[in-house]
Amino acid sequence: MAEDIKVIVFSLGEEEYGIEVDKVKTVERLMPITRVPKTPAFVKGVVNLRGVVVPVIDLRGRFGLAETEQTEATRIIVVSSGEMEVGFIVDRANDVTDISSDQIELPPEVVGGIQAKYLRGVAKTDGGRLLVMLNLSEVLNKSELVQLEQMEA
Amino acid sequence: MDMNAYLSMFIDESQDHLQALNENLLKLEGDPNDLSIVQVIFRSAHTLKGMSATMGFEDLASLTHEMENVLDLVRNGKLAMDAFIFDVLFKGLDALESMVADITAGGQGKADVGSIVGALKSIVDGSYLTRTETAAAAVAAPAGPSAAIDEFQLSVLKQSMDSGLKALRIDVSLEESCVLKAARAYMVFNLLEEKGEVVKSIPSVTELEQEQFDRSFTVIFVTEHDAKGLEEAVGGISEVAAARAEELDAGTLERLARPEPAAKPAAGAAAPSAPAAKPAEPSAAGEARKPAGGAPAASRTIRVDIERLDALMNLFSELLIDRSRLEQLSSEIGRGELTETVEHLSRISGDLQNIVLKLRMVPVDTVFNRFPRMIRDLARSLDKKVELIVTGADTELDRTVIDEIGDPLVHLLRNSLDHGLETTEGRLQAGKPETGTIWLRAYHSGNHVFIEVEEDGRGINSDKVKAKAVENGVLSPEEAARLTVDEMNNLIFAPGFSTADQISDISGRGVGLDVVRSKILSLGGNVSVESKAGVGSKFSIQLPLTLSIITAMLVKLGSEKYAVPLTSIVETGIVKREAILTVHGNRMLSYRNAVIPVVSLSRVLGAPDYREDDEEESEYIVIRKGDKWAAVIVDDFIGQSDIVLKSMGAYLGQTPAVSGATILGDGQVALIIDPNALFK
Repeated sequence: MAEDIKVIVFSLGEEEYGIEVDKVKTVERLMPITRVPKTPAFVKGVVNLRGVVVPVIDLRGRFGLAETEQTEATRIIVVSSGEMEVGFIVDRANDVTDISSDQIELPPEVVGGIQAKYLRGVAKTDGGRLLVMLNLSEVLNKSELVQLEQMEA
Repeated sequence: MDMNAYLSMFIDESQDHLQALNENLLKLEGDPNDLSIVQVIFRSAHTLKGMSATMGFEDLASLTHEMENVLDLVRNGKLAMDAFIFDVLFKGLDALESMVADITAGGQGKADVGSIVGALKSIVDGSYLTRTETAAAAVAAPAGPSAAIDEFQLSVLKQSMDSGLKALRIDVSLEESCVLKAARAYMVFNLLEEKGEVVKSIPSVTELEQEQFDRSFTVIFVTEHDAKGLEEAVGGISEVAAARAEELDAGTLERLARPEPAAKPAAGAAAPSAPAAKPAEPSAAGEARKPAGGAPAASRTIRVDIERLDALMNLFSELLIDRSRLEQLSSEIGRGELTETVEHLSRISGDLQNIVLKLRMVPVDTVFNRFPRMIRDLARSLDKKVELIVTGADTELDRTVIDEIGDPLVHLLRNSLDHGLETTEGRLQAGKPETGTIWLRAYHSGNHVFIEVEEDGRGINSDKVKAKAVENGVLSPEEAARLTVDEMNNLIFAPGFSTADQISDISGRGVGLDVVRSKILSLGGNVSVESKAGVGSKFSIQLPLTLSIITAMLVKLGSEKYAVPLTSIVETGIVKREAILTVHGNRMLSYRNAVIPVVSLSRVLGAPDYREDDEEESEYIVIRKGDKWAAVIVDDFIGQSDIVLKSMGAYLGQTPAVSGATILGDGQVALIIDPNALFK
């Protein structure tokens, strides 16, 4: 049985990505970020999200892509998964769209330079767009954070 | 009638009554002829009986009823208290506690109390005097063969399992022809010691040493080796008939721990013939003597759900952030009326802050009150005589700290009683009074609360600690040679450290003191030990008053702002660059007849746009941890401010040198420096 999933669409460079709406708490414009020392380079720091301190990471950096200049269109997508609440810096947040779960196909080895383990699959929308669906639990994997810290130390 | 509405009230009140019963029974044990205490106990028991019957908890009511019968006789002078009656009453209390705990957990409060009821009845009809032995055995029986472990051992086991070790239950039986059973048992323990940690043995080690066991015994054991290998190793010892090792999972452990209160006694009760040792005479220091005669003075209080207090606290934190924002805005706008109003608002919210924080303060007595009983039971099972003197039980601490401090204190107290105090013979040989003393003190000092556990036992053998530290690779012989006595003693907090020569099932044998320390550190506190060989040891815990709002010094590093908790700042100052000395490549500063190391905050934190080398003069903060000092160089001081502690979220977890974050008046997040991390 195929079910409809609502996803928030955002882009990194040319590629379009999707995160399920129920995982997203809010989408914010860029705001002042406080640097946190001794964290991996992709951890940009923490922001004040209406009284709650939320860590923010650069999704490009997280995937090992080159980081770009921040523009008017840059957004912070705050997602929550389990106990974790994290903001993703993305190039642009586009819209909300419906996809059907049977439209998601397993990802090829590498999509746009991103390793397959971070991806849930590639979905085709009715409009013919290709959306790369993120595997949040893997993107937020903390053991990797620890490894990165050790490598940099 | 719907009873659910009254259930929580029943649970709260019965816990109060049980606590009162426990305390007063202990008091009575110290002064068995004081009938006014019996009156108080009788009243508590009576109320409890009435409440349980109304709520329909029949077992609870019937047990209380039997206890009441005994107390009634005592009250009317028809029966004199003796060691056996105390034991049975305490056991009854334990059973009541476990029943109430069962009700709290949603159960029906049912328990098999037949043996205790039997013992109580035998007291009432006087027959117990003739068959003390059997009655005591009946009371002890529920302990049975099952390897019941107590809460403390459970926590040790769980911690070990969390760190990837295995908990095993090993049943060992010796050959029937074996003559030197104790020696064989000793060999088994010796072998196990090499492979891991014995958490508990049944029968106890003392009993094993005295050959007071049939051919088999059981140990609960923590190890990294697997069950099969151990079985073979133990089985390989001569005259061991069979060894069976079984891995325990968390669920089994829970089950072993659960039936505990009713089943614990074994050691204590089995020997009613032991001269009525009165281990825990309630603190002779008069302060513990609450109004013994009359009913407890009724203070006008209401019970409030802790979650509402937390919500209040959170709302107030938001207000505090807006307050600093308003202060900043009004000083920018500079209109008299506005400034006046904002100042007034600040004063009121300051008062409000005091009240909100006070609401969350709880006297440490809520943790301390279970210790006299614990010490009494422990002292019995160790066959030591000890007096626990509690002072400052009315000292108040933040609720969040109170919730966390119980386990570490249990650990320290057990440690003092088990390792610190000598045996009775040992004390007499050393020319000390037969009864050992443990002091448990709490007091305020500045923005901290201190809790001390001191005992007049054998003290720490610092040479042994040093040898062990070198042996375990905690530090090199050269390093060890440079340490002061106090520094050496504090090595016992290092992970995996134990100097206990003999096995005991009371203390964690070194699995624990590092756990105590990490717990205290996580509360923002500190723990240290002072000891004098042959005279005793004193463990001091230093705790912050509150964990939610602190006063901090805000400092700048270029464009970045950081908060340093005021409690760790000794003083601030300015120093010219040339006054900073270089000694052996380390930068030092001369400060009040001493030379202290200089720490560059910008270097520690990797500040992107500030380098103190560019400046002629540097602002510095002197911080202190124990007897270590350091001068921390910063860019500039912004000023003092009350800040609200916020977590940085689960994703970042623990970050080095930063203990949390706060939101400043301008809405920006500032990180809070952990000064302890700045010491090398």
